[in-house]
Amino acid sequence: MNWTLVLPELVLATAGLAALVAGVLPRRDTSFAINMGVFGAMLLAAVLVLAQPEGTAFAGQYVSDDFTRFMKLLVLAGAALGLLVAMDWNVKEGLSKFEFPLLLLFSSLGMMVMVSANDLIALYLGLELLSLSLYVIAAFNRDSERSAEAGLKYFILGSLASGLLLYGASLVYGFAGSTNFDRIADAVGATEGVPFGLVVGLVFVLAALAFKVSAVPFHMWTPDVYEGAPTPVTAFFASAPKVAAIALLTRVAAGPFGELVDQWQQVLILASLGSMILGALAAIGQRNIKRLMAYSSIGHVGYALMGLAVGSDLGIRGLLLYMAIYLFTNVGAFAVLVAMRRNGRALEGIDDLAGLGKSDPAMALAMTVFMLSMAGIPPLAGFFGKLYVFLAAVYGGYWVLAVVGVLTSAVSAYYYLRVIKVMYFDAGDAFDARPTSISVVLAGTGLFTVFFFAFPAPFLAAAQAAVAALVG
Amino acid sequence: MTTTTTTMAGGTTEMLTIGLGHYLTVSAILFVLGVLGIFLNRKNVIVILMSIELLLLSVNLNMVAFSSALQDLTGQVFALFVLTVAAAEAAIGLAIVVIYFRNRGSIEVEDISTLKG
Repeated sequence: MNWTLVLPELVLATAGLAALVAGVLPRRDTSFAINMGVFGAMLLAAVLVLAQPEGTAFAGQYVSDDFTRFMKLLVLAGAALGLLVAMDWNVKEGLSKFEFPLLLLFSSLGMMVMVSANDLIALYLGLELLSLSLYVIAAFNRDSERSAEAGLKYFILGSLASGLLLYGASLVYGFAGSTNFDRIADAVGATEGVPFGLVVGLVFVLAALAFKVSAVPFHMWTPDVYEGAPTPVTAFFASAPKVAAIALLTRVAAGPFGELVDQWQQVLILASLGSMILGALAAIGQRNIKRLMAYSSIGHVGYALMGLAVGSDLGIRGLLLYMAIYLFTNVGAFAVLVAMRRNGRALEGIDDLAGLGKSDPAMALAMTVFMLSMAGIPPLAGFFGKLYVFLAAVYGGYWVLAVVGVLTSAVSAYYYLRVIKVMYFDAGDAFDARPTSISVVLAGTGLFTVFFFAFPAPFLAAAQAAVAALVG
Repeated sequence: MTTTTTTMAGGTTEMLTIGLGHYLTVSAILFVLGVLGIFLNRKNVIVILMSIELLLLSVNLNMVAFSSALQDLTGQVFALFVLTVAAAEAAIGLAIVVIYFRNRGSIEVEDISTLKG
């Protein structure tokens, strides 16, 4: 038994329990201290992840390699940024409770377990720890009817997806004879043919994971939940959990079921095409910016899945880079949405951004950078994300995917540019002063998005090493 | 799947042996009932929560049946984990239903439509 391997997870779990005690015992309000403590625990876990050795622990349930390290760093960065974005908003909305950072911490723990899962049981437990925390924070503004409804919808559809996942897992277990990913890979690679039940199980598992990453046709919960949940919660939903779910999908497809690539490839190609097209077309008519970002995130998942659907190392590398770039761009864009507030009231209409170019040029510039990056305009980071994915599709001979990808990027540029047009050419009143934490997040993610082109090498190398660890 | 056994009275009868296939069929039926319960139900959110439980229980039946057929304990361990998580899930589901009811005064499925999707 190799306990030291899971040190990052142990640190997070212990910090979570300690923060629970610190939140309940003192009589005075400790939410700020706990926010800071959780933030520190996430940073500490990230440092430990960097120093984490390779290997497996808990009888093969848990694996640590370059792929898990890459993904865990992204997840922890997403969660820490999400916490920063949320702190000021929670205070202003009267939601400054210590449970919020705790739920973020436990969902990060769930995501790390998911990413490191090497067994269906570990996969399920990690996914549920994440999902249960997310159901609660979706309904965190419990006096708001919309937040409660978002939580309810997310809970019902999320539980259905968990049921699908479990049913698939039980079939895989039954027909492969084991829940361990390595044993499943052996069963799948066996020469005497793959049992039909195993393929059915795989389809169920893929459907459930497609639900968690909100790929078409399992996307229907996304716009409602994104619109109803409090804005910083939406920011979190669209960043870290999405990266973790994509990581899990990649691990399951490329690891245990790598030999069944012909079976899952068709499914993923359809999901990718559907997500790109729906993400581009459905976002056009939206007036609520959170709904717009929901459809935009569906579209981005479509691009990312394209990397997996081509089934090559190059494609997976593109997918990893895409998710890294998407994470930071998305957090940055949501930081602007969280700062949208006039006379103390939070706003979420696209029209409410009017006049930002005059009243707060720095924030308008940052938002412009994020929108252009999401649209894939060079030399911003989003362009390179799309470039690597499209390149993999072209090299693999998947011209339909690449052409649809380029066309939908052009269509989606319309609504991203509309946001910029509203900010600079429509008249509107100034927002309330933006808090320091938002400025910090904007500066960090904005600089990353702008200057990615100057130093892509370390990211490319890290993604390359991650792919090598995953494919073996 | 049928075997001949001797009854207490001494006569012989045809008796059905329950095999893996039967368990899988029952659990598949339960699973489909659970899914239909979520999608066709137009009455009440509590019924949806019950359908979710039905989904998880059908999976447990699958796990235990496979575990027995494979002579491997992993499936039963998995089933225990599923039971534990299902309890937590039910608690969270009911909590969310309660806050929804406090805001809205109703848990009819037809009423859950403030956010148009």
